Amino acid sequence: MGKTLFEKVWDAHVVSNITDGPDVLYIDKHLIHEVTSPQAFAGLEKRGLGLFRKNGIVATADHNVPTKDQHLPIKEALSRSQVQKLTDNCNKFGVTLYGLGHKYQGIVHVIGPELGITLPGMTMVCGDSHTSTHGAFGSIAFGIGTSEVEQVMATQCLMQSKPKTMKIEINGTLGKGVLSKDIILYIISKISASGGTGYFVEFAGSAIRALSMEARMTICNMAIEMGARGGMIAPDQTTFDYIKSREFAPKGAKFDEAVAYWKTLFTDEDAKFDTVYSWDAADIEPMITYGTNPGMGVKISQKVPTVNEIDPTGKTSFEKSLEYMGVDQGKTLLGKKVNYVFIGSCTNSRIEDLRLVAEFVKGKKKADNITAWIIPGSKQVEAQAQQEGIDKVLLEAGFELREPGCSACLGMNEDKIPKGEYCVSTSNRNFEGRQGPGARTFLVSPLTAAATAINGVVSDVREFV
Amino acid sequence: MDKFVTIKSSIVPVQIDDIDTDQIIPARFLKATTRDGFGDNLFRDWRYDENNNPKKDFILNNSDYQGKILVAGKNFGCGSSREHAAWAIYDYGFKVVISSFFADIFKNNALNNGLLPVQVSDKFLQTIFDKVAENKHTELVVDLEKQEVEIVGAGVIEKFEINQYKKTCLINGYDDIDYLINMKDRIEAYEKTSKYLNLVS
Repeated sequence: MGKTLFEKVWDAHVVSNITDGPDVLYIDKHLIHEVTSPQAFAGLEKRGLGLFRKNGIVATADHNVPTKDQHLPIKEALSRSQVQKLTDNCNKFGVTLYGLGHKYQGIVHVIGPELGITLPGMTMVCGDSHTSTHGAFGSIAFGIGTSEVEQVMATQCLMQSKPKTMKIEINGTLGKGVLSKDIILYIISKISASGGTGYFVEFAGSAIRALSMEARMTICNMAIEMGARGGMIAPDQTTFDYIKSREFAPKGAKFDEAVAYWKTLFTDEDAKFDTVYSWDAADIEPMITYGTNPGMGVKISQKVPTVNEIDPTGKTSFEKSLEYMGVDQGKTLLGKKVNYVFIGSCTNSRIEDLRLVAEFVKGKKKADNITAWIIPGSKQVEAQAQQEGIDKVLLEAGFELREPGCSACLGMNEDKIPKGEYCVSTSNRNFEGRQGPGARTFLVSPLTAAATAINGVVSDVREFV
Repeated sequence: MDKFVTIKSSIVPVQIDDIDTDQIIPARFLKATTRDGFGDNLFRDWRYDENNNPKKDFILNNSDYQGKILVAGKNFGCGSSREHAAWAIYDYGFKVVISSFFADIFKNNALNNGLLPVQVSDKFLQTIFDKVAENKHTELVVDLEKQEVEIVGAGVIEKFEINQYKKTCLINGYDDIDYLINMKDRIEAYEKTSKYLNLVS
């Protein structure tokens, strides 16, 4: 029997099998940031261990950084000390750091791909659940906890049980105004926030093939939001073209050798998945979430479900969620007034996202009630946006283009949505208080966010196209 | 890591599904650089109001419910990979979390810290919630060696699954690094055959 893409990459990284236990999996690249690494470095020191392979690690500061005045010291003392601790640890252990002020600094899942660090067929981990993003290249990439960060630092390996495999196929052509963000929100609304738990997912089908690399990253980024450990897309010419000539990608004969290998990374015709889903791209509309987990989403033209339409065992949680959100059962979200629009995060902060938004808002003005933040994913995205004049277009439309970081995605740094306020957001989580205590999040695509910013109320971008 | 011993304890029931790690510990409390003290902020925004006053209706603020076993609705620990969630639960004093379904990363994080995630059937979970509704001092026995949970006095026992390697680690207080550092030679031998290392060399 043939192998799936996942099995090919996994099997190529197994150092050892343990009877009735996990596999010892070799990790090619380990990304670290300031929040989930300090206790791991401390653990290494306590055990008297060093790094197994220090060039196997790349570090950046993203979660705690401000998105204004990054040349000044970080105001909040605990954030400042955590970022400083990362710098100190990287210096002490000899780890490459793209810290604040570095031309490569940015959100860890944005810089890996854009620097050519992320390559097909590799294994990657990071103490961050959205590490699944890198699976868009046909790599096995997943988030880990800090004890596991320490394991990888100490041994370049992880003890992992092999997950089950799932294939999700999307075939056909996407409608106008529908983006890859809508595809993944649609999938999660179908299989729920836990439907992928225990699985590694391969996204396939003609609609996925037609996507750019950045659009594919948005899909794999949110594989974790259905509970899956990670998502993957088989590499193809789109992948190879994206990687070619990036800073740390193989060059010349090595690149050709790499492509020859990468072309073997696909699911064999006779391979078997544990679970398979298939949907038609034409059924997907711009999507929006109404509740407090990413599975609680609807097509923007649809109404929020009523309690009678959902699984009865989830009734209490459903009602609790809608009460928190201040959302009515059986009503549409279109026309709901919101005061904040956030475009950014490891889901949607790449140059294509910024281009789409700029193209849409060019010549328009944001509504008076709206505060609109756009946070580029990295210094390189920021520089590219300036080079293309995107910054000026956004400024003229009344949007604020800030400096790179995780920003208001997670309510950790200075950027928070105030209590009770609604935020239409291109990020990945609508959990209670995720964007700040008491903040209420509607997850959408960058185009839906832009349309909402212009109208000042939740809007269907298709009215404009 | 502490060795796991059989636990007999009353429980703290939180009958909510899909409890994500942002609820277990919000991101703004992840700024420490040590592993200590996270229990103070366990379920922070459900437990305290914006003026840091305890919210009376949240179960952790009800002294009738105490114990070393947290029982929660399905899909516990979804979302962020922050191990701080497991640290916070353990630091607060829990040794076991029972649910009918756990998110993958949380489960690994818990196991790596001596916190035992026990996955039971939906029916058994509901039975626990029903019993504790009848009697708030209801006790459970969690026996890892036998892989059993018993509702004391009710004569109800359910078996649970656990990876045998992880079971051995918990009972003996070993962690994965103890195992992996003894494999240095094999890991280095693997590196000589690695396609990736060859391509980027």
